Amino acid sequence: MFPWLRRATSTLDIPPDVPAIEVRDVYVSYNGHPVLQGVSLTVPQGSFWALLGPNGAGKTTLLKVIVGLIKPQRGTVRVFGRPPEALGPWRRALGYVPQHQRVDLYFPIRVKDVVMMGRYGMLGFFRRPGPEDWRAVDEALERVGIPHLRERPLHALSGGERQRVFLARALVTQPKLLLLDEPTAGVDVAATQSLYELLRDLHKSGMTVVMVSHDVGVVTQFVDSVACLNRRLVAHGRPEVVLTADTLSDMYGCEAVFFHHAATPHLVVRRHPPEDAS
Amino acid sequence: MSWWQYAFMQRALLGGVIVGVITAIMGVYIVLRGMSFMGTGIAHAAFGGVALGLLLGLDPILTAMGFCVLVAWGIGFVTRRGALKEDTAIGVWFAATMAFGILLLGLRQGYNVDLFTYLFGSVLAISPADLKGLLLIGALVLGVVLALYKELLFVTFDPEAARVAGLPEGFLYYLLLTLVALTVVASIKVVGLVLVSALLVIPAAAAYRWANDFWVMMVLAVVFSVVSVVAGLLFAYALNTASGATIVLTATAIFAASLALAPKHM
Repeated sequence: MFPWLRRATSTLDIPPDVPAIEVRDVYVSYNGHPVLQGVSLTVPQGSFWALLGPNGAGKTTLLKVIVGLIKPQRGTVRVFGRPPEALGPWRRALGYVPQHQRVDLYFPIRVKDVVMMGRYGMLGFFRRPGPEDWRAVDEALERVGIPHLRERPLHALSGGERQRVFLARALVTQPKLLLLDEPTAGVDVAATQSLYELLRDLHKSGMTVVMVSHDVGVVTQFVDSVACLNRRLVAHGRPEVVLTADTLSDMYGCEAVFFHHAATPHLVVRRHPPEDAS
Repeated sequence: MSWWQYAFMQRALLGGVIVGVITAIMGVYIVLRGMSFMGTGIAHAAFGGVALGLLLGLDPILTAMGFCVLVAWGIGFVTRRGALKEDTAIGVWFAATMAFGILLLGLRQGYNVDLFTYLFGSVLAISPADLKGLLLIGALVLGVVLALYKELLFVTFDPEAARVAGLPEGFLYYLLLTLVALTVVASIKVVGLVLVSALLVIPAAAAYRWANDFWVMMVLAVVFSVVSVVAGLLFAYALNTASGATIVLTATAIFAASLALAPKHM
């Protein structure tokens, strides 16, 4: 009757053939302004996706629809085959890293306590964290490479360190699906690279990873699929197939060229018709 | 006879300390969630509640409690639905309930002798029955905050992540609003509804400058608040000044010192 009163059990037997995420014909609008128009997307378990699009394309909204924070006006959402608001014991299989700039960065709290919050949902009401929970916190900090920051107050961290704290909070329940909203916002170039490498390692260990990004460049080196969003789904599939001039121009509403040379993919956006082809 | 031998002074101190503790605790949540205006709004809505109670011949404080809880829920509801911004909703309710109270008092025959008590508090006129009520509300606030410590911490820090983690975030939000409303109304007899929001915001804001842990902020806010109440009452007694105002100005001095001395620069 009151599921939050019980401590969640530790075994999760999610069938491997069920898609991690299944979004069908989702419509969302705010005060009559359409944000998502008929978006459908299937993310199989074990894949690594980047959700790309310009500002205001509805990327964050789609992520919030997937985790159940926003109820779409039309369409269905399934996470591991279940509605996100009725995940039950599988809720801990869902790791969510929201945009970290939203929280009060001077909130009086230490790194270990932020990470522990990730366990609160499965702990149940009135229960204090035990040794098992603290072990999970230490493991999560180890995994994101910041065990030395355990006792640090949140306000004494850099942007990249803070992002790892929120990643550790999402990992502390050992999720099967990790959703990240602009994880590299406010993070410097070197830290961005190592954050992507960390996500790739998590993906290689069997986790489904979906990350929202407006960075069409570097991110595509790491992911195996991209979905291009601009209120509707413009294209999705393997990055080298999907990221064509046509897709990018559809997505950004202007001429754009995407090309690989050397190690880093580049995006060139042209506002005017091409004067010379190169 | 020394000041502490008077029964009214003992009741004033005990009542003041309870009010100091519960306003400081609720103030920590209010300051961290950026809801300072909510305390002010609810305190002014209490005026309408008190007037309603006086007019109907009911207990003004109990009537105000029911009234303020409903107003707080109403503000919370329209805010969460996204229909209005929180400060707009409070701004509308705050004025409307005050006007409602003034209108009701106008209907009431005779001289409104009690009104001044509710507006500015009269800590030196706390009755034994008032004390019992304060103890009850104090026990309720402390009990809920201790029992739901980790849940209230999570929803205060990051409400969206708390919802995704499966916490009943909406329930906890309305619970917090209820406790704030009860705390505000229980405190108006002591500091008055004009000044109660100061006790919600100032000690917590001072503690925020010093604390690196949530529980430290809570303990510090309580200490600052109780020191302000006790020192303020003694100053008021010694200097023959208004007790509520002296308490608030003492708290403000602690806040100013924290602003100047605390290590957390922002």
